[in-house]
Amino acid sequence: MERKEWPLWEVFVRSRNGLDHKHCGSVHAPDARLALQVARDVYTRRQEGVSIWVVQADHIVASDPDAKPELFDPAEDKIYRHPTFYKLPDEVNHM
Amino acid sequence: MTEMAQQTTATSPGHVEYVMRMGDNALILGQRTAEWCGHSPVLEEDMALANMALDLIGQARMLLTHAGRLEGRGRDEDALAFQRNEPAFRNLTLCELPNEDFARTMLRIALFSRFQLLLWERLLSSTDSELAAIAAKSIKEARYHAQHSGDWVVRLGDGTEESHRRAQAALDYLWPYTAEFFIPSAADEAAAEAGVGPLWSTLEADWEAAVRPLLEEAMLSLPAPVPFRSQGKFGRHSEHMGHLLAEMQYLQRIHPGARW
Repeated sequence: MERKEWPLWEVFVRSRNGLDHKHCGSVHAPDARLALQVARDVYTRRQEGVSIWVVQADHIVASDPDAKPELFDPAEDKIYRHPTFYKLPDEVNHM
Repeated sequence: MTEMAQQTTATSPGHVEYVMRMGDNALILGQRTAEWCGHSPVLEEDMALANMALDLIGQARMLLTHAGRLEGRGRDEDALAFQRNEPAFRNLTLCELPNEDFARTMLRIALFSRFQLLLWERLLSSTDSELAAIAAKSIKEARYHAQHSGDWVVRLGDGTEESHRRAQAALDYLWPYTAEFFIPSAADEAAAEAGVGPLWSTLEADWEAAVRPLLEEAMLSLPAPVPFRSQGKFGRHSEHMGHLLAEMQYLQRIHPGARW
């Protein structure tokens, strides 16, 4: 018997209103509608979420792991990009 | 539910049976559906089926607890689930039939949840406030069961040659048992009289209106009507029920009163 694998879907769950969707794993499902349903069954059984996104894994364009040196290393010595050199007024608490 | 005034007197013996029958439906179908745990075709569906089974068992717990209180003989949910014999169970025969395969499992949930959904809608305004509260919680679960199982019925029926063959075989097998939903009963009369819940026979048109488009979309054809009427809700069960109970009740039968 021919065994075709269902496509892989990446699952993003927003745990509360106002927060971002966070990647939490993946599921196999035959189509988008069922991917949402099984994502609900697999990842929100303990009230983890109020909203789910699924994205077919093929549709995510990822950076090349071998390109890490040219992509990310140049940021290493530019510590002035971190906002740590400012004195924040006390009123601004949550920066 | 604790904040609500709990109804603890039955308006009639029919009232008790009406609630017990709903509890038994949920319990027995929950037990059957839970048999998939660890055996599903894929992990995702294993969890989906276990979730639906647990929803049903949760409904059964509330309904049987309530039925036990209404009955007033001191029987709790466990006594009702694990210490009754086959003829005392009032579930629809459809709920106790073997799973057979994924197609029959999903089609059964699709047919049953659409029936249950109609019932929960009506029970939201039950004069039995406890039953109305159970309906308010359970209706959300039934909606999801109807959606998930319905989506699968369409995908299987309108899928590959094999999935269509299995879905059609499931429909041919299950369909004759759905007539039992709507057979008039004395318990229905008593419950309807007291405003507890609808006569199940009055739900037939709405149920067919919900089921037929689904089966059409799934490219499945309805089998010809047959005179056979299953009788599970009157306590006369199929040959499968005894085996199901033997497995479900085993622990409580050899260690009566055992607790976690």
